[in-house]
Amino acid sequence: MKGKKAFPPPSVLNYNTIQQTRISLLQLNGANRMIKMLSGNEAVARGMWEAGVVVASAYPGTPSTEILENFALFPHVYAEWAPNEKVAVDVAVGAAYAGHRGMAIMKHVGLNVAVDSFMYASMTGMEAGLVIVTADDPAMHSSQNEQDNRTFAKFGRVPCLEPSDSQEAKDMVSAAFELSERFDTPVLLRLTTRICHSTSSVDLGERTTPVSEPRPFPRKPGKYVMVPGNAVKRHPVIERRICDIAAFAETFPDNRNEPGGRSLGIITSGVAYQYSREVFPQASILRLGMTWPLPEKMIRKFAKSVKRLIVIEELDPFIEEAVHLMGITVEGKCIFPITGEFDPRVVRESAVLAGLLPASASVPLPEVELGALPGRPPVLCPGCPHRPTFYILNKLKVPVNGDIGCYTLALFPPLSAIHTCGCMGAGIGVAHGATKAGSPEHHVAVIGDSTFFHSGIPALINVVYNCSPVTTVILDNRITGMTGHQENPGTGRTLLGQETIRIELEPLVRALGVRHVKSVAGYDVKAIEKALKEYVKLDEPTVLVVEEPCALMPDVRKHWLPLEVLEEKCNGCTLCFRIGCPAILKSEELDEKTQRPKALIDAGMCTGCEVCAEICPREAITFRPVEMEGGAS
Amino acid sequence: MRTFNFLLCGVGGQGTILASDVLVNVGLAAGYQAKQAEVHGMSQRGGSVISHVRWGKSIHSPMIGVGEVDVLLAFEKLEALRNLNSLHPEALALINAHTIKPLTVISGDQTYPNDETLRNAFAQVTSHVEYINGEEIAGSLGNSRMENVVLLGALSALLERSALSGPELTAETWLKVITERVPPKHIQLNRKAFQAGWEAVKKR
Repeated sequence: MKGKKAFPPPSVLNYNTIQQTRISLLQLNGANRMIKMLSGNEAVARGMWEAGVVVASAYPGTPSTEILENFALFPHVYAEWAPNEKVAVDVAVGAAYAGHRGMAIMKHVGLNVAVDSFMYASMTGMEAGLVIVTADDPAMHSSQNEQDNRTFAKFGRVPCLEPSDSQEAKDMVSAAFELSERFDTPVLLRLTTRICHSTSSVDLGERTTPVSEPRPFPRKPGKYVMVPGNAVKRHPVIERRICDIAAFAETFPDNRNEPGGRSLGIITSGVAYQYSREVFPQASILRLGMTWPLPEKMIRKFAKSVKRLIVIEELDPFIEEAVHLMGITVEGKCIFPITGEFDPRVVRESAVLAGLLPASASVPLPEVELGALPGRPPVLCPGCPHRPTFYILNKLKVPVNGDIGCYTLALFPPLSAIHTCGCMGAGIGVAHGATKAGSPEHHVAVIGDSTFFHSGIPALINVVYNCSPVTTVILDNRITGMTGHQENPGTGRTLLGQETIRIELEPLVRALGVRHVKSVAGYDVKAIEKALKEYVKLDEPTVLVVEEPCALMPDVRKHWLPLEVLEEKCNGCTLCFRIGCPAILKSEELDEKTQRPKALIDAGMCTGCEVCAEICPREAITFRPVEMEGGAS
Repeated sequence: MRTFNFLLCGVGGQGTILASDVLVNVGLAAGYQAKQAEVHGMSQRGGSVISHVRWGKSIHSPMIGVGEVDVLLAFEKLEALRNLNSLHPEALALINAHTIKPLTVISGDQTYPNDETLRNAFAQVTSHVEYINGEEIAGSLGNSRMENVVLLGALSALLERSALSGPELTAETWLKVITERVPPKHIQLNRKAFQAGWEAVKKR
């Protein structure tokens, strides 16, 4: 970092400036109550600021991404994109060890990556608050599974808070830090897509917790060095801790009994509370803001106060099973689905089927017969620099082990060139394993730049170390595309807009011991074809870096220039349809000889990447004539 | 104070997210409790976009159950059809006569439903359907990207005409929320777009 200015750590930021900013914001909010419509993610960011979070680290992932993006907009905060979620948790732990509030944010599957760190943080506790946000994705709107991360709270002996709307999403950040500091424990703040991406009104608060002064880093090896001799002493501590928190849960204000009729009692949490209120306005409701550990006395009392007890919770029967273990008769997943996302209809119709509501409560649907409507699956954008690589891979007919990113969309026809995709960083290892098992074809692993930095590097080291002739294609668009253009270690810029070292892929890959490495331009179809044809024949690890910025980057958009098809030259060969570009349409015009539709380019969508022009054998695709400026005046 | 369940649907990039942000804030400004839920995961890659907006005295769920939509604002015809079965009988529907062909249609594997199919299908559910050419109206103002504001103007007129909304919902309430969300140099254009949409429905 010589010659570069590192971002000043928060402790050395001018405290007066922080004070001044705080005062101005307090004046803004203090006198007049300020209510704003905020998404759950925006509300969490606001809550982080109000709670005096000093260091926040995250890896982008839907539905959690906007939390850190919004937090980074507040004055004098430190926020960073980490290369992966495990690093993000370690960073937040480091801040908390150093005596400052730290926060790590991720989507549900991100916690799988970070769980090793999550577990030691639970063992050690910290000097200041540590909160980890997990944003679960019931219905898998943009995820590979719909795991219920409340299980990790139980697994790690850590409390779990679940807000039911944006107001609570904000307020629970402060509550989580207070809990964390009171009991010396990390706290899991569990959101779901519907909380993250729904908007409701929030009464903004003030920044009540001042940013703490710098203090010496603690030397407490018995607490912070988890060698077996120390860890063995810490385990009983955390077991006692979770019992103490369970006792505290009995009086935790966000665990709330809302008495109603005695015939039905509902235990619920998160957004399911809202559906419960809506569908069962008369019922008694026990709303749990803390879903681990559970307030056993409160639950027993509630169960006794009603005739029939049910749990309404999305995904796993997490609360239901715990209530069963208390020896209380309860129903849940025998009534409501274990898969997918709830809404008022799901809850109501399930309740009707179970006899909880009369048949007359059921809402009939129009049920107009519409036949099979054309689907609108997400597609690689017009001008996407990943397209040529997949066009060639499809042509080569090789097995392709893919990864997580926009490029996974190349699984759809006509590209059809992704054959596996499991989780971040999996493709290279899968390609290696298949090769070692004797898969008769040459395997190609395809991974984006951000995913490669996230978890692709160890897998590539394995390919080199254990020698397999896997070809790894790194699609390097210098940005994290899928989640909406977040910076990454290859961007050369941080989340806070600081210039930084740009990690170059080719030297990195060479340093790992890969002898055959090449970088090619993303739109150079011929160069990609030549390189891949060569690499799939080699009996050694090979890496092709395909470099081209995402076509949606603002700087790239400026240079968009649409192409057109010269009708007289096009003979309807249909080759350009095979790249699956949404800007290339089938014309009504048929070629006289072939009787096949000619191509037509939608000028509003075309970016002018010229990939179709490169593969057109008749040079029938060219730039539109540019209207010359001047002359008229 | 009645409850409004709005469903907005369209294709990624059409401005449905901004429109639903405006709508939920108009609800708040008019004194309702308002909530909004959007489904936009992979929508910026040209996928379908759906957004729910609810206004009422006391709103719990941010989501509208299927079959409980009172007002549909469809930015695109195929997406309108896709959400038809979410409507309450005799719901209000405002359909933008805009065609965006998905790749499945471009490739020739499937056919885009024609206007007659659309009209007949909607007629089976409700008689309160209004069609508008938002893209053309916005284009005549010199900026087809104003389509979403044109549609909001049309929606405001439709609510007024149906007497669903009371005096709390003035054109100025809408315009104040819209202008707060656009850069100063575009305020006039947005006002014009809103007005043009309002007139297109009001004059019928």
